[in-house]
Amino acid sequence: MKELDIAGVTVKLDDEGYLIDSSQWNVDIAKGIATQSGLELTDKHIEVLKYLRDTFNAGETLTIRKVGKSGIVNIKEFYKLFPKGPLKLSSKCAGLPKPTSCV
Amino acid sequence: MKKIVILGAGTAGTMMLNKLHNILDKEEWELTIVDQYKTHYYQPGFLFIPFGIYKKQDVIKPKYDFFPSGVNVIYNKIDKIEGENNKVILDGGQVLNYDFLIIATGTQTRPEETPGLKEKLWYKDIFDFYTIEGALALHDKFKDWEGGNLVMSIAEVPFKCPVAPLEFVFLAEAYFTKKGIRDKVNITFVTPMSGAFTKPVATKMLSELMTEKNINIVSDFYIERVDNENKKLISYDEREVPFDILTIVPVNMGNDLIERSGLGDDMNFVRTDKFTLQSKDYDNIFVLGDAANIPTSKAGSVAHFAGEILTENLLSAMEGRPLNAKFDGHANCYIETGYGKGALIDFNYDTEPLPGTFPLPGIGPFGLLKNTKINHYGKVIFRWIYWHMLLKGKELPIEANMTMAGKKKQNI
Repeated sequence: MKELDIAGVTVKLDDEGYLIDSSQWNVDIAKGIATQSGLELTDKHIEVLKYLRDTFNAGETLTIRKVGKSGIVNIKEFYKLFPKGPLKLSSKCAGLPKPTSCV
Repeated sequence: MKKIVILGAGTAGTMMLNKLHNILDKEEWELTIVDQYKTHYYQPGFLFIPFGIYKKQDVIKPKYDFFPSGVNVIYNKIDKIEGENNKVILDGGQVLNYDFLIIATGTQTRPEETPGLKEKLWYKDIFDFYTIEGALALHDKFKDWEGGNLVMSIAEVPFKCPVAPLEFVFLAEAYFTKKGIRDKVNITFVTPMSGAFTKPVATKMLSELMTEKNINIVSDFYIERVDNENKKLISYDEREVPFDILTIVPVNMGNDLIERSGLGDDMNFVRTDKFTLQSKDYDNIFVLGDAANIPTSKAGSVAHFAGEILTENLLSAMEGRPLNAKFDGHANCYIETGYGKGALIDFNYDTEPLPGTFPLPGIGPFGLLKNTKINHYGKVIFRWIYWHMLLKGKELPIEANMTMAGKKKQNI
């Protein structure tokens, strides 16, 4: 576990850098987490993060396919915004737990 | 008479029909099962067909062999479920009223969801082995193939039988070794997941086995399209994997009737309470097997274990009692690894596959996450168990919910 000071708030992250208390999340914290991963967030990124949080908090499982159908980005754009593992990276920035596939 | 209708006569539906037929009062309850097809496939056997281990006749039997007498059987397509009216509408307009409905319509492969997949190379150089047609076509292809890049890829999660693609590459490795052309066959496993499997302990064991067998893994590869001209898989982040033969698990989705009935998620899997197995939309609808969107494997073992919980909860619901039985997501899968050996995994919603012995702690005879001959025999014997016990809803000597007895915790 590690701590990160962002915009005057100290937040706790797990060993892989995921926010432990999801309720602490705000845009500043998102930007702080993103910086740790070498990513600079634009308004489009933030729009995706808000969609992810709303969807996750509604009890749905997040998938790349679902984000691609969100109307915010298509899958290709999602990869451009969050390179390599887009769902993992975006979940991290959105203050959500690491996505797991359930086998 | 009160009515129970079961939609789908595959593994889950047939098993449930037999269980309920055995326990319900026939004066009080009328049982009806609906399916559009008359042939029952032993789906775990499809995997063996490309390698000539099983033939078509080893995996098919008429569905009616497994229906008890005194139930209504309707061979017809289903148009939709009207949950608010407790009705099922069949194609052609026939209406079935129900007091309780069990949805067991499974999952289907959708190659058309991936651009370029079902085009000119389909069943020439591109195959699936989740259909009898695909498995047989691949068998023909393998017979006189002289080598090249053999790629096994997964288009999307979740999909039926998550260990099958692993078994496929292990069996292919053994098959081409036996043929004496292993040095001419480059085997690559391409997955949208981060490793060979989703959970860390099993992934480690299976990755080591792949390395040992000289099978390449390409992970985090989410397929955008198939390039038929250049015979390449292309991912959304513009990576490429060339193939001479591509074997693929196409996108899996639930039946379209689920979408027409407004009961599904975005993959047409039925919104289901993962503990009670009740539909999230209607109290008198239950869901069994691959059709449910519960977060565990889409596999026959899951349908079997969940079937016991569903039976208990259905009986409770019939009497207006609370649904006390809770499913834990228990799955149990044999993994064929070639050369007459196999591995075994046993896990649930919360516990990942761990090493140990199964089903008896310390004794076995099966070894969890171990590559042994006896595990392979378990898989061989399973076909007999499937036809003679599982489908007929008979008790098997394994608890519905998973046990930690015999398992060893690991630190990775």
